[in-house]
Amino acid sequence: MSVQAGRGGERDPNLWRRNVRASKLRERGVTTLFAAFAYLSILTTFGIVLVLIFETINFFRQVPIFDYLFGTTWRPGFARAEFGVLPLIYGTLLTTAIAAAVALPIGLLAAIYLSEYAPTGLRRWLKPALEILAGVPTVVYGYFALTFLTPLLGNVFTGISTFNALSAGLIMGVMIIPTVASVSEDAIYAVPRGLREGGYALGATKREVATRIVVPAALSGIAASFVLGISRAVGETMIVAIAAGNLAQFGGPLESVQTMTAYIVAVSTGETAAGTITYQTIFVVGATLFVMTLILNILSIIFVRRFRETY
Amino acid sequence: MVNIRRIGEEQRVRETSKDVAKGGAQQTPESNGMTVEDLSAFYGSFKAVTDVNMQIKRNKVTALIGPSGCGKSTYIRCLNRMHEVIPGAYAEGKVALDGQDIYAKGADPVNIRRRIGMVFQKPNPFSKSIYENVAWGAKINGYRGDMDELVERSLKQAALWDEVKDRLKESGYSLSGGQQQRLVIARTLAVEPEVILMDEPASALDPVSTQKIEDTMEDLKKKYTVVIVTHNMQQAARISDYTGFFYIENMGDPGRLWEFDETSKMFSNPDRKETEDYVTGRFG
Ligand SMILES: Nc1ncnc2c1ncn2[C@@H]1O[C@H](COP(=O)(O)OP(=O)(O)OP(=O)(O)O)[C@@H](O)[C@H]1O
Ligand SMILES: [Mg+2]
Repeated sequence: MSVQAGRGGERDPNLWRRNVRASKLRERGVTTLFAAFAYLSILTTFGIVLVLIFETINFFRQVPIFDYLFGTTWRPGFARAEFGVLPLIYGTLLTTAIAAAVALPIGLLAAIYLSEYAPTGLRRWLKPALEILAGVPTVVYGYFALTFLTPLLGNVFTGISTFNALSAGLIMGVMIIPTVASVSEDAIYAVPRGLREGGYALGATKREVATRIVVPAALSGIAASFVLGISRAVGETMIVAIAAGNLAQFGGPLESVQTMTAYIVAVSTGETAAGTITYQTIFVVGATLFVMTLILNILSIIFVRRFRETY
Repeated sequence: MVNIRRIGEEQRVRETSKDVAKGGAQQTPESNGMTVEDLSAFYGSFKAVTDVNMQIKRNKVTALIGPSGCGKSTYIRCLNRMHEVIPGAYAEGKVALDGQDIYAKGADPVNIRRRIGMVFQKPNPFSKSIYENVAWGAKINGYRGDMDELVERSLKQAALWDEVKDRLKESGYSLSGGQQQRLVIARTLAVEPEVILMDEPASALDPVSTQKIEDTMEDLKKKYTVVIVTHNMQQAARISDYTGFFYIENMGDPGRLWEFDETSKMFSNPDRKETEDYVTGRFG
């Protein structure tokens, strides 16, 4: 037992010489560097928000906020311009709802399958494949919607417009399935094995364990994946700009609509002079979008706090 | 996913380990309690436990002891087909409950696990309320009676009722470790199993919680057959009627049931030297 005792006490100081000053300096340098980058990113975000607020205030000096929030006609840039944002919000919500109707159930079911049912081998390559799918540029999806899905839908729904909310929404749904599935799957997979075994030990079937123990235990992660997916749909630009049309109207799913993002694209790429009121609408609509996703995130936090089952 | 169906189809090698199973258990008809014959357990190609023969008597407490890694957990999980839940794991041999082979073709593990409940080493309450934790198993098994009454009765049996009766809606995780373990016992009792398997249920608990669980066990054996893995010799001596000693003779061998007998004999004059060394704390 005592063979090695005392060795630590007798260690040769010539063999152990740490350069304290240099390591302290390096420590400080690295800390400063990290801090600089952290502040840089915070400042950038802060700057963007400032510009948004500034331009938004300018805009509301000219247009009453009530007209903006509750007006039903969006017609900037015309002689008799109107700035009712509701048609744009409607377009955003409609395409998002269609996308969510596709992506949330499919994404969740895929996640449950991957985590609970798929053989280990399959899971090992399906999961990364899914994550690669999430990296496909959305412009590709947009053209796919316009040139492939819309004609296909035309066979079923006669009278569908070339640019329509349904096609864009469906493809947007496909686009966010990997996000929802991947994030949900992480949460479901992370549920401790002990909880599953506890279920089995009571005579539960695999399905009962998956749907009534594992999924509730992973609820906060699943909710996070839903919010992430929906936020992506709300903020998605390319697909709707290409495939949903650019008519700010309360159209049905088979008709053209204009989302907030698509409007911003349309104005930014046009030749609107800086400082004009039309130019300012970009920032106002952007701010509105920002507030919407913020509310979405806050709601999800409240939801998760209420219903979370911790383990 | 798991091929447990090899059981019983292979020729049975009945060797010396067979006579380990005596321990006065042979007077009992096979149809009473559990009978284990030539049970071996595998993790993939690794054989963790080999050729166990054991009579587990009804309404008795059977303790399983032995050094770490000798296969006690693996073995006890084979008794209600929980072993095969681990990917790649399977068992060979025969385990009969009241004369019926639970590994027979067509035997439904889901049904078997309802009849043979299990409490794990680490408390694993569901992420649900205390009430729901107890009611869940009964619910999925289609219990039609008065659920409130069942929950109360189970919690009382597990000696937890008084501590939680005013907070049934709180999460199972709001309880202390010892309370969680008793909650898990209550949950197991609520589905009214015939056999209760416990894998070191008190290993992470303080003496007071341990005492409570031991007291519970005294009550339990009036109604249930209990099998318990423990590292605590005093505990095994105190609460069990029969004791099985698992041992690995040479490194790398699978674990074996080295000796199995009435607890009083195992702790006073066991037949084998290793058993004596182990129960007297000379190694372990
Ligand atoms: N999931 C697993 N996969 C592969 N091997 C395993 C697994 N679980 C256990 N083993 C191995 O099986 C053997 C028996 O393990 P087991 O857990 O049954 O021992 P134990 O007697 O319960 O030990 P302890 O007293 O430490 O709990 C050990 O060699 C262990 O490494
Ligand atoms: Mg163990």
